[in-house]
Amino acid sequence: MLDRAGAAHPTLEIRNVTKTYSVKQGLMAKPKPLTALRDVSLSLRKGEVLGLVGESGCGKSTLAKILLGLEAPTEGEVLVDGQALGSHDRLALARRIQPIFQDPYSSLNPRKSIADIVSLPLRIHGIGDAASQKQAVRDMLDVVGLPARVMNSYPSQMSGGQRQRVAIARALIIKPEVVICDEPTSALDVSVQSQILNLLGDLRREFGLTYLFISHNLAVVEHLATRVAVMYLGRIVEEAEAGDLFDAPAHPYTQALLKSVLTPEPGLGVPDTQLGMAYPNPIDPPSGCAFHPRCPKAGPVCSATAPVPVPMREGHVECHLFDPKSPLYEDTSR
Amino acid sequence: MEKTLLNVRNLTIDIPVGGGTLHAVRGIDFSLNRGEVLCIVGESGSGKSLTSLALMGLLGKKITPRADEMSFDGINLLKAGSRQMRALRGARMSMIFQEPMTSLNPAYTIGDQLIEARMLHGGASRAEARARAIELLEKVGITAAASRLSQYPHQLSGGLRQRVMIAMALMCGPELIIADEPTTALDVTIQAQILRLLVDLVREMGMAMILITHDLGVVARVADKVAVMYAGGLVETGPAADVFGQPRHPYTRGLLACIPLPGKTERGAPLGTIPGIVPSLVGEVSGCTFRTRCAEAGPDCRGTIPLRGEGAHEFRCVHAEGRRVSEQEGA
Amino acid sequence: MAESMTNTATDKLDPLLEEITGPTPGQLLWRRVFGHRGLMIGAVVVGILTVIAILAPLLAPHDPYAQSLLARMKPPVFLGGTWEHPLGTDHLGRDYLSRLIYGARVSLLIGVVAAAISGLIGTAMGVAAGYFGGRVDAVVTFLINVRLAMPVVLVALAVVAILGGSLTVVICVLGLLLWDRFAVVMRASTLQVRQREYVAAAEAIGASVPRILLTEIMPNIANNLIVVVTLEMAHAILLEAALSFLGLGVQPPTPSWGLMVSEGKNMMLFEPWLVLIPGAVLFALVLAINLMGDGLRDVTASENRS
Repeated sequence: MLDRAGAAHPTLEIRNVTKTYSVKQGLMAKPKPLTALRDVSLSLRKGEVLGLVGESGCGKSTLAKILLGLEAPTEGEVLVDGQALGSHDRLALARRIQPIFQDPYSSLNPRKSIADIVSLPLRIHGIGDAASQKQAVRDMLDVVGLPARVMNSYPSQMSGGQRQRVAIARALIIKPEVVICDEPTSALDVSVQSQILNLLGDLRREFGLTYLFISHNLAVVEHLATRVAVMYLGRIVEEAEAGDLFDAPAHPYTQALLKSVLTPEPGLGVPDTQLGMAYPNPIDPPSGCAFHPRCPKAGPVCSATAPVPVPMREGHVECHLFDPKSPLYEDTSR
Repeated sequence: MEKTLLNVRNLTIDIPVGGGTLHAVRGIDFSLNRGEVLCIVGESGSGKSLTSLALMGLLGKKITPRADEMSFDGINLLKAGSRQMRALRGARMSMIFQEPMTSLNPAYTIGDQLIEARMLHGGASRAEARARAIELLEKVGITAAASRLSQYPHQLSGGLRQRVMIAMALMCGPELIIADEPTTALDVTIQAQILRLLVDLVREMGMAMILITHDLGVVARVADKVAVMYAGGLVETGPAADVFGQPRHPYTRGLLACIPLPGKTERGAPLGTIPGIVPSLVGEVSGCTFRTRCAEAGPDCRGTIPLRGEGAHEFRCVHAEGRRVSEQEGA
Repeated sequence: MAESMTNTATDKLDPLLEEITGPTPGQLLWRRVFGHRGLMIGAVVVGILTVIAILAPLLAPHDPYAQSLLARMKPPVFLGGTWEHPLGTDHLGRDYLSRLIYGARVSLLIGVVAAAISGLIGTAMGVAAGYFGGRVDAVVTFLINVRLAMPVVLVALAVVAILGGSLTVVICVLGLLLWDRFAVVMRASTLQVRQREYVAAAEAIGASVPRILLTEIMPNIANNLIVVVTLEMAHAILLEAALSFLGLGVQPPTPSWGLMVSEGKNMMLFEPWLVLIPGAVLFALVLAINLMGDGLRDVTASENRS
């Protein structure tokens, strides 16, 4: 449904993906299903930076794991170049899609030297001999702004920013097309964060990379992303070009998210998001539109029926306010 | 003239480590009046959390803070015994931590913990304490407060737990609240709500608050006064509007340039950076600690750094305007 | 003001020139090892006993099996004996020092081999359960519970009673009975390490499962493994002594410390040294191994935290 005519052929696409975990809540309790993703479709086009935003528990990390092949969807399929993920060789897939994780203190094996960490992809894929691998590591470290002499160091000897550079070098050394950045800067200090963001931007231009950029920091997403998808409780509730979305957010949840961004401008005070406070329990999601208990514009229909995606601008929005068939539609069109 | 509630002059915290002494906090001054919010902002390793722990007397036995003055409402916190500090903590000063899960006891219900706090310090009866607990939970925006009292911390979401922490900090009607990264672990929408709540409560109840954070956005929106810390020292202090409006210290300017500003920063354009890393504070520390990363640095920066500025807006830099004069002429 | 010389190394503006001067994890580990008194004492005692066990034929003054009915129950030298038999002789006239030295071989052999067998079994089960989770985990957890429900000494007694006691049987029985703690600890450590993002990174690169287990997981749980190995060695040595004391372990005339205590117990009231000497050595060895285990835990725990 997102495959509109004229769009570039998506490099990576998920279609109607549902992911359910069973969660045990007590010693004797029967496991309950937790639906992390509900019938989600999303495509990643070559060369774009797709920002994926949402609060913790909305399913964005699950989505990343499914795209990386680390978890299998319960239903639906993942397509690479239009072909199902299962039909691709696991190694071939790994060469095309690589992750950069959030916590540079957890993403590097503390027992391995930097040279070992960065060269691992080359060794697994059997690319080159020891000497050429060493040279490739040296070159890659140079690209990410680290001197060659860190090769014999260990992660514990490096700062957070340096470690994140190592993680980026490891992800890029086999020249992937798609990089899945899962909160790549949220564990870093402000001054280091901007270095890593600049580096990611430079690398994208230099290597023609496609990013899926997962973050809860909307200012960062606005700065980097070309397209944005907003997730809420396992659904993508709004998807649009970055400019459109940030200039005129449609979904009430997107509006609330943007309103919550605290820019360093004194005198404005803390915004009132007008959201009910509690993020719902994903094990027991609200009826109808999952957002209705927190939504300032919710009507009776919102708790009764789930909204369907409505095409809007270059994407879609999933809200009764924008559905011509919904009773709420008329109220907001003016 | 408002009476000063908290006054700290020349606070120094040295920590003995393997290779010598870590000069974690080096001679910082600040003061706070009732009804004011002071934000201490800095990156990891700047000493901002240690400062707050020192105020609460929670540094532990191995670390002794030194200061010319550290007083709370006329009480010398440096001389206060552990018994006196315990009486102050919880009753007149309370602290809100970043991760409520580690500060709430998982084995007791929320009600027990709230009521206990009040009975321990306030000398109230159980019924009074319970009534106050319900009142405060409602005040921090928790619905069905009475039924929440019998819940355990793990049954609540992160945002609710943080609200409970705030309610607990307020149980004895403190005059000073120290909040150390109270919203860092929370989602953005919840963060805005919690901060709003904190600021409103401070104003309404006439308390003073020290908020410690690394997030300049939070500082700008919440603070009356800002103190920017770098490598254990205060580099710039002043009213929020002045510090953000005309940042004087190169570090403050650098930090602000690192953050993309929606609508102001060009999308995709390179962000400002501060090259290098925080210097080691082990061993002798002299001159300006920021000089290793500062574009304006010159040989003078190794010497004594004067305190400059006018009125309440002060900064520590050898350059009169926070920049080298030659560059100013060029600009 | 005099210019400080202390900051010349940090007076660089280029982030690429950040000096990486801290010690490597290996160097840090060795520093902590040598700084830990309990660990060093334990290691020295265990080391000395190991050397004695290996060099037993060279060090023992007599054949440990040679009986001499004329030289029975000679007291040790400090109780008025002669230097011919520094620790005296037993009820069959065998040189007590020589039997003690050869007994170290039995104790250490049992400790090492039993810990190795159970270590292999327990680690394989624990790592598999922790890494794969799900059904594998359920099965392993069940097996651990079954094993924990069996009293080790009684089962060992029963098996030895059926198969007959010998060094090999004792080693095998202990090896097959002591894997529970390995499985429990390795499962927990693997669960913890499996959450680390470097494991996900290796999976996303396409690394095979054996490779991930061997190069990403194992090196990061090895510290816990070593601690359990030492504790289980001590456990096995004590159990062997107990079984031998009860007459169901190593069979005479093999020199074993437990057997020596057992043989000496009849004369305990008149010649207490017959029991005290092997008992003291046994105590010292087990204490030293436990000191080592505790020390290793201290030394590696801080590493896990950072």
